[in-house]
Amino acid sequence: MTLKMYLKYPFSLFLRTVVVLATAVTCFTLLFLIGYILIKGIPYLSLDLFSWTYNSENVSFMPSIVNTIIMVIGALLISVPFGIFSAIYLVEYAKRGNKMVGVIRITAETLAGIPSIVYGLFGMLFFVTTLKMGYSLLAGIFTVAIMILPLMMRTTEEALKSVPDIFREGSFGLGAGKLRTVFRIVLPTAIPGILAGIILSIGRIVGETAALIYTAGTVAELPKNLLSSGRTLSVHMYALSKEGLHTDQAYATAVMLLGIVLLINMLSTMMAKKIEKKS
Amino acid sequence: MTAKINIKNVNLFYTQFQALKKVNLDIEKNEITAFIGPSGCGKSTLLKSLNRMNDLIEGCRIEGEILLDGQNIYGKIDVNALRKRVGMVFQKPNPFPMSIYENVAYGPKTHGIRSKVKLDEIVETSLKNAAIWDELKDRLKKNALSLSGGQQQRLCVARALAVEPEVLLMDEPTSALDPISTAKIEDLVLELKKKYTIVIVTHNMQQATRISDKTAFFLLGEMIEFNETETLFSIPKDKRTEDYITGRFG
Repeated sequence: MTLKMYLKYPFSLFLRTVVVLATAVTCFTLLFLIGYILIKGIPYLSLDLFSWTYNSENVSFMPSIVNTIIMVIGALLISVPFGIFSAIYLVEYAKRGNKMVGVIRITAETLAGIPSIVYGLFGMLFFVTTLKMGYSLLAGIFTVAIMILPLMMRTTEEALKSVPDIFREGSFGLGAGKLRTVFRIVLPTAIPGILAGIILSIGRIVGETAALIYTAGTVAELPKNLLSSGRTLSVHMYALSKEGLHTDQAYATAVMLLGIVLLINMLSTMMAKKIEKKS
Repeated sequence: MTAKINIKNVNLFYTQFQALKKVNLDIEKNEITAFIGPSGCGKSTLLKSLNRMNDLIEGCRIEGEILLDGQNIYGKIDVNALRKRVGMVFQKPNPFPMSIYENVAYGPKTHGIRSKVKLDEIVETSLKNAAIWDELKDRLKKNALSLSGGQQQRLCVARALAVEPEVLLMDEPTSALDPISTAKIEDLVLELKKKYTIVIVTHNMQQATRISDKTAFFLLGEMIEFNETETLFSIPKDKRTEDYITGRFG
């Protein structure tokens, strides 16, 4: 539409302006945020930050990166199989209209919506205190695993549901049983969707602080074992900015976090493309 | 000649709705039997009950007997073994999202064949029997979804043949295909009849006259008429059959 036409319909002009403005504000905010962090953080990305041991001089985030990796792998090892298998049960085995399924779905949805600090509190009371794990990576792993379980389950469920029934019929029609159909046909077809769930989960673990401060603790050193306390990168950043002594290093840590998220996103797109090409 | 399949007094219900009413029918060995009729007449339902694909539908209940070589398939039998003997080609081509080779090898692997040599041999014969070997032999590792619709459907036939069935059920196998692919499938079906018993559901009456030996006409869950295809289309006994084949409804 030309400007003349817009003048005829002032409301259309208004809507158009709002749409353009909203887009501009969103893009600007995002770019400003990233730019601000990069400008504030990059100058302080010194070699010191990458040394293997932490002390109050170098405030190295290397131990935190190691802890983050341990946390991600540990939590995924627990919640990915549980999430996938329970989703398989819900989609492939449970009968439609089954009351249990309804209950499980509502539970999962509620769990997904609970603020992470609540998980932190539960983790502290149950894993740290009752099970006597103390502030440890293990307690953190269990807490975060429970936190991402509903996410994992829901994304896998959607991925399985999006596999067309004609594939299942084709497999049954050849005399394959349920188990073979699910594991050889349905699950492989659903992998891109499941992968998306895993990526989302990694994002949540990497970004988590509230649930970890009270479970994994805030020790900034390389862990000796899974029962050692250890802070992840996000917790490290929180601690640095809370103490107020190393704000610059906190920005540098933020740059690192951004970098990690970017890397994960790139890796996942690459993986998805590779899988798609294969299939 | 005794019939390959005897359908005896079959009633079939989807919860409350009765989809098949007292159907009686004998399907002869090495013949092509066509099921025709308007949409919702129960022809596909009957076809699917021949290898118990209806088991997958919740609330589906069947009465009566269906005998395969004299044995009731709704009695105490292994459903997977039944589906190996009675293969199926679906309305929409549904190759699995894997390589052409893996698609054909999936069935035999399901039934315990592991030897690479044996599998290679099965893949080759199955594709040859489905008259698609020459087109595909150089790209067996390619993904099956990259094929055209007609090729996909013939691949599905090959996949069904790979488990060495005795009966082949075809549920409107050409309804999603162009005329050239349709002709190829029809030629293929005529060729396959030498070795297999074939039951085909079709919407297309010309197709039934072109390829089938016998035709059954269904209406509202009842089998109205069953006869040699030539007879059924030239001198139908029932008024309703005549109305349908002359295009007065459906």
